[in-house]
Amino acid sequence: MTAIPQTRPYVNFFDEKRGFMSWLVTEDHKRIALLYFYAVMGFFIVAFVLGLTMRLELIAPGATILDPQTYNEIFTLHGVIMIFLFIIPGIPAIFGNFALPMLIGAPDVAFPKLNLISWYLYVLGGLMALSTLLYGDGPADTGWTFYAPYSVKTGTNVTVAVLAAFVLGFSSILTGLNFIVTMHQMRAPGMTWFKMPLFPWALYATAWIQVLATPIIGITLLMIVAERTLGIGLFDPALGGDPVLYQHLFWIYSHPAVYIMALPAMGIVSETIPVFVKKSIFGYKVIVYSSLAIAFIGYFVWGHHMFTSGMSGPARVIFSVLTFLVAIPSAIKVFNWIATLYKGSIDIKPPLLYSLAFIFQFAIGGLTGLVVGALATDIHVHDTYFVVGHFHYVMFGGTGFAFFGALHYYYPKIWGRMYNLKWANIAFAIFFIGFNLVYFPMLVLGMMGMPRRYYDYLPEFTLPNLISTIGSWVLAIGLIIMIVNLIRGRKGPKASTNPWGSVTLDWTHTQSPPSLYNFDETPQVERGPYDYRNYEQYLQEHNKN
Amino acid sequence: MTSTTLSHAHPVHFDAYGKKLGMWIFLFTEVLLFGGLFLVYATYRFLNHDAFHTGSAQLNVVMGAINTVVLLTSSLTVAMSITALQRGDSKRAINLIMWTLLLAGTFMFNKYYEWYTKWEHGLFPGMEHYKELSPGESQFFNLYYFMTGLHAIHIIVGSILLMVVAYYIKKGTINQKRYTYLENGGLYWHLVDVIWIYLFPLFYLII
Amino acid sequence: MTDTHDTHITGYRFSILIWVDLLILTLLTIEVAQFDFQALTVIVALLIATIKSFLVGKHFMHLKFENRFLKAVVIGVGALFLAVLIVLFSDYLFY
Repeated sequence: MTAIPQTRPYVNFFDEKRGFMSWLVTEDHKRIALLYFYAVMGFFIVAFVLGLTMRLELIAPGATILDPQTYNEIFTLHGVIMIFLFIIPGIPAIFGNFALPMLIGAPDVAFPKLNLISWYLYVLGGLMALSTLLYGDGPADTGWTFYAPYSVKTGTNVTVAVLAAFVLGFSSILTGLNFIVTMHQMRAPGMTWFKMPLFPWALYATAWIQVLATPIIGITLLMIVAERTLGIGLFDPALGGDPVLYQHLFWIYSHPAVYIMALPAMGIVSETIPVFVKKSIFGYKVIVYSSLAIAFIGYFVWGHHMFTSGMSGPARVIFSVLTFLVAIPSAIKVFNWIATLYKGSIDIKPPLLYSLAFIFQFAIGGLTGLVVGALATDIHVHDTYFVVGHFHYVMFGGTGFAFFGALHYYYPKIWGRMYNLKWANIAFAIFFIGFNLVYFPMLVLGMMGMPRRYYDYLPEFTLPNLISTIGSWVLAIGLIIMIVNLIRGRKGPKASTNPWGSVTLDWTHTQSPPSLYNFDETPQVERGPYDYRNYEQYLQEHNKN
Repeated sequence: MTSTTLSHAHPVHFDAYGKKLGMWIFLFTEVLLFGGLFLVYATYRFLNHDAFHTGSAQLNVVMGAINTVVLLTSSLTVAMSITALQRGDSKRAINLIMWTLLLAGTFMFNKYYEWYTKWEHGLFPGMEHYKELSPGESQFFNLYYFMTGLHAIHIIVGSILLMVVAYYIKKGTINQKRYTYLENGGLYWHLVDVIWIYLFPLFYLII
Repeated sequence: MTDTHDTHITGYRFSILIWVDLLILTLLTIEVAQFDFQALTVIVALLIATIKSFLVGKHFMHLKFENRFLKAVVIGVGALFLAVLIVLFSDYLFY
């Protein structure tokens, strides 16, 4: 790789080209990241409102604002949007796209056009999913899992919803493919694999899961479509199909997908903690290997979603044991992050707060995960609110918080401005309290035996449900304050190129906002990614301002 | 991604290995796409052993064998086309791609004929005779149509890819020095061949 | 990262030889299918198919010229699929 042909004055990537069209045909990874950002946030807010509506329905026993059918449709759409349109693409497609090339010292991803194509596929899939609201018998009411045979028999718009998931899967595959080749081929000179920062490493492990697991759900969903349109009974027991086989195929993708959601978030946490502690990450290689181990073992634990489906005894034991195995690398990471904090000079800034909340909430999510991963205890809490609480602690409390942490972390790099730190902290506090108010009562409700996916419940479950619903309002207030603060930040004070004092290439060698190809000249990498020895001197040498 | 230069004028050289790596990763997704179907096949064959046997007996082994030979030969012509281009003989490279396309057409014609005779016998999803099949046999034919149908779609896609590649060889954008796109088209074609290598014994040769 | 390939060329004659091997193996798999090896029938059929795929992969898809990483991943993907199949059958075998 050679340097950029001629040096020219700094123009940031917003000013490089102007006009609406220049965005729609852009091949710049940073602009594509922002395209993703606005689309993802739009879908997130829709699904968030759907979630609030569900909580409102559950404020008291009996029907309050929704009828049962509408409730079923809403929780399905909430799940489909949150999973396929927010959590899976969220961190990789936005912050991965934005930061990955810069973190490894590259001008762009390996296939810029493919990158744009995957954004268009994402938007197409998203619009398909939303379009199910508008015609026919309304959106799918199957739950996001589309379990056969109900998904084959219901009259709601399952076919379009399933095809939407297929298109979104394609988009996800192309992003993963692009990232793998980028990391193999475009690392700056001197950046060996083990000098690569941990967020790229997490994206690398994620990308392999995206590539190797997504096709399975793709074909499974096509089979559902074939069953609905051609009337062949691939999974319909009345026609000789096996519905449990559908569950197997669905979870062969969807459990690894949990790690597609979690690993990039772990990458963000590994990336931010050293910056705000000014200390090298504890056990760099162990974190790398644990990412790869999670990706690998995570492929073989899908059956723990099916303990009550009538699977054979030996299979249930095997899946339970494998599930315990996958908890080990996740726990190792938590220990590493905490050990990194030890004796560091901790600088409490919003991105760090989100990372710390991640550790706290992910730990709760992980420990409750062991409860549902263990065969004996799962039988007790299966299909109760315990499961709902558990996966929201992992997905929202973990990945969702890491997402907003990443947003606060990269904000000054993306827009070159700084938001109000005090209000960001206040928003975080409200968001954090709201989150725990919503989901902790769910764990309790599950232990009490409240089943999931009903619009109604017995009177004895009233109090925790009430707390949870009030919590959802607190959560919403926190989110609104956060968003308002971030929008106002666009007119806030100019940020320096490296306000957090990070030593990774994305902060030390680029402007804020970065120029079109990120670097004036291809950086030569000598230091490790989290080498904070004499970092002040190093930053002075490399500071752009 | 068919032009050899990035229109964006990226400060990056043409990365032949990167493009090939990307293609291989895409092939992995194809392997697992069919992999999901092979999982279904394995399960249903295991659960309906005898029914799969009677189902298979109704397929024409000779037709299947002919199509196997046709597809293996088309793989040969693609491989030879790469050799030709590497040696700078772009005319022969295009010729060999044309042969491949012809063989692909032959394959599709045979496939059409096979499906058509089944249709004539009422053995097509939704038809009278199809509904009378035992559950196990109908699973056999469900999978037969789904898997060979998906494979046929891949033949069409592969043919289009090779046509595009042939066009660019003619234009000179794909040439002796930069033949990665031909290699990638070839890789895709060989994968489609490999999938058929498995489909043939699994559907036609159950004893 | 180089601009040109490390060119490895497979000769025409060699390719044709591989093709002949593939045809022989096709014939073999049809012949062998006449005999009933009970449970081994599928195994034999898949074994021959895998040998054929190996030939296509190594010579036609030029895996013999590729680096160790790519070879390892190709084998890894195959192994992954096999492992998933085995884990899946931990359900159906003991059902």
